[in-house]
Amino acid sequence: MTGSDVRLGTWQAVQLVASREVTTRLRSKAFIWSLVVTLLLLIGFALTMKLVDGGADATVGVTGQTAALQGPLTATGAALEQDIEIRTVPDEAAGRAQVADDSLDALLIGDGQRIQVVVKKELDGSLRNALNVLAGQLVLNQAIERLGGDPAAVGQAVAGAGIDVESLEPPFPYEQQQLVLGIIAGILIYMALLLNGTTVATGVVEEKSSRVVELLLATIRPWQLMAGKVAGIGLVGLIQIVVIGVVGVVAALAIGALTISASAAFGTVVWLIVWFLLGFVMYSLVFAALAALVSRQEDVQGVITPPMMVVVLGYVLGISILPSDPDNKLCEVLSVIPFFAPTMMPMRLAMGGVPGWQAALSVVLVVLTIPALVWLSGRIYRNAVVRSGARVKLSDALRPA
Amino acid sequence: MGGDGEGREGGPGGGGEREVIKGGLVRVVWGGMGQDGRVSDRRLVFDSLSKRYGDVVALREATFDVRAGELFGFVGSNGAGKTTAMRIALGVLAADSGVVWWDGAPITLETRRQVGYMPEERGLYPKMRVGEQLVYLARLHGLGPRKAQRAMEEWTERLGVAGRRGDEVQKLSLGNQQRVQLAAALVHDPTILVLDEPFSGLDPVAVDVMSGVLREKAAEGIPVVFSSHQLDLVERLCHRVGIIRSGQMVAVGTVNELRAGGTVHLVVDAPNAGPDWADALPGVHLRGWEGSKVVLELDHGADDQLVLQTALSTGPVREFTRRQATLTELFRNVVSAEHEESAA
Repeated sequence: MTGSDVRLGTWQAVQLVASREVTTRLRSKAFIWSLVVTLLLLIGFALTMKLVDGGADATVGVTGQTAALQGPLTATGAALEQDIEIRTVPDEAAGRAQVADDSLDALLIGDGQRIQVVVKKELDGSLRNALNVLAGQLVLNQAIERLGGDPAAVGQAVAGAGIDVESLEPPFPYEQQQLVLGIIAGILIYMALLLNGTTVATGVVEEKSSRVVELLLATIRPWQLMAGKVAGIGLVGLIQIVVIGVVGVVAALAIGALTISASAAFGTVVWLIVWFLLGFVMYSLVFAALAALVSRQEDVQGVITPPMMVVVLGYVLGISILPSDPDNKLCEVLSVIPFFAPTMMPMRLAMGGVPGWQAALSVVLVVLTIPALVWLSGRIYRNAVVRSGARVKLSDALRPA
Repeated sequence: MGGDGEGREGGPGGGGEREVIKGGLVRVVWGGMGQDGRVSDRRLVFDSLSKRYGDVVALREATFDVRAGELFGFVGSNGAGKTTAMRIALGVLAADSGVVWWDGAPITLETRRQVGYMPEERGLYPKMRVGEQLVYLARLHGLGPRKAQRAMEEWTERLGVAGRRGDEVQKLSLGNQQRVQLAAALVHDPTILVLDEPFSGLDPVAVDVMSGVLREKAAEGIPVVFSSHQLDLVERLCHRVGIIRSGQMVAVGTVNELRAGGTVHLVVDAPNAGPDWADALPGVHLRGWEGSKVVLELDHGADDQLVLQTALSTGPVREFTRRQATLTELFRNVVSAEHEESAA
């Protein structure tokens, strides 16, 4: 008889439940595959970015007669932030052939005094701009020469002319790469919240529908079971996001797809992890409580859809507004509000330019929300989880079973 | 029945006074019968449990005790409150009022970990392997990792599922799942057993295994309470029986005690008698037919010799047996009393 051997510390109970969750999840094929696939997608994306980034925006051919345009065209392109590659072709016919087989975007022909372009179908919009500017430049240069001036000197004077802008609130210089990083951060945290949150919900219902919860609750308290479950699944989610974040950033930096500073890149990963933890704890408490209301897996989706919509809404708003308008006021406000913060704040943080007080305030608000959710969810969970059968009304679940 | 337990029962808490009376009442009514000579302060006492679900009364002041070393059969119709009472004892449900005592003190989470419990609707993780699941449950009951592993190996061996340790529970046949479920109730070497319908869905061999284990556990000196609808089995197996009806305990005691003061049954085989030959006899009620035999129930004090004479007057009498009521018959009486009450 082991009457004396029944001591089980509070945290030991939570730890037992959590380690069961971790083992079960780590062993599941779905977990391993989703991790591998996500990593491959990220690395693939980084490679694609690198390849796209490496190529010029346009390739233009010049003949012997138009070779003189090479310098001015490159300069004009640079002024318009276009990378124009110039290739010299032996003669016009060869150039035309290269335009026809798409190895050239355009071919400059004629005598070099006027701009004459051969394209396959249409002239690309930005290349047209560059060539237009170049055409104007040619006319201007000819006029200056006719008047006895030095086109090069005038050009330099023009280039040196500029305006002085004094901003009262200097805008943040968003970088293209960081915007992309923000989008990726948004997608990752969205997926992580959805997948792991759903796992918590289905796990709760699995225990309820298989009635194993009765055996468990005869040995440990409901909150220990809930806490262990959330901690275990959260830990697995954390491992997932750390692996994805670190491997993704290291790969992108190594490949050269990411040229921002390593500290900025890893800062994004750290924020991503912080926000995953905050968001996961917050949402999984809600999911666990709501899932405890139903007894069948088929009914899980129905109860967790409302909070799920908040995750989706935050993500959709963030991903559709922020990349083009990182300073958007609506997003700025929402990203500080607890239930939107986990999806929107990491996107903004990855893009950069978030005032320190906003970043801090959003964290503080979520940290303050969590104890309230622990109390409320714990109550609902405790009261609902042993009531099997029909869906338990939320109002009934707030009263003791 | 040590004064020790009594003192501890009444000792702690403001409600102690009432508990002494309740505890005393339990002993006055059922104490000293059947289990004489056994010091049974290690009792599991269901003390005045009440529970409502909305408008439905599940338990009304239900009181009974299960003593150390006894097999207690808990019977009642579906919905009578058996499962509710057991779930309250296990802390899965909270009672509206009343207390479950163990060893003279209200049962706590720590003492509940010593209980071996089998829920009515079986509960195991379907996708978890048998061995890991039993080790996990044993550890939740407070066993260390090595002890849990040993206990798992021992019980899977004894219950004949050792070969399935590495299989997911859902891949086992229902019978084997039941064995694993029993192993889950026993794997932490419980000091109390509370089993809700342990025999339902078992094949005859498994029924024997289960009966053997329960007998053995009781012989080790732990209280064993189980509910069942298989009344013949309960009668054969149990030292004492409690019958619950609409949330109230209507009878508690050994089957013999329950029979005492009850009605007498006569089985009469008089092939030439008409169907209504006994109708006019005072205090005699027809309770049914078993082939050509008629089963009669006699009120207290009714004359069985008059019944025999009347039967003989119709022709030959091949059988005339005075039969003690079986648990099934006792149970039917209780249930029919319920119907009469609800009809009134």
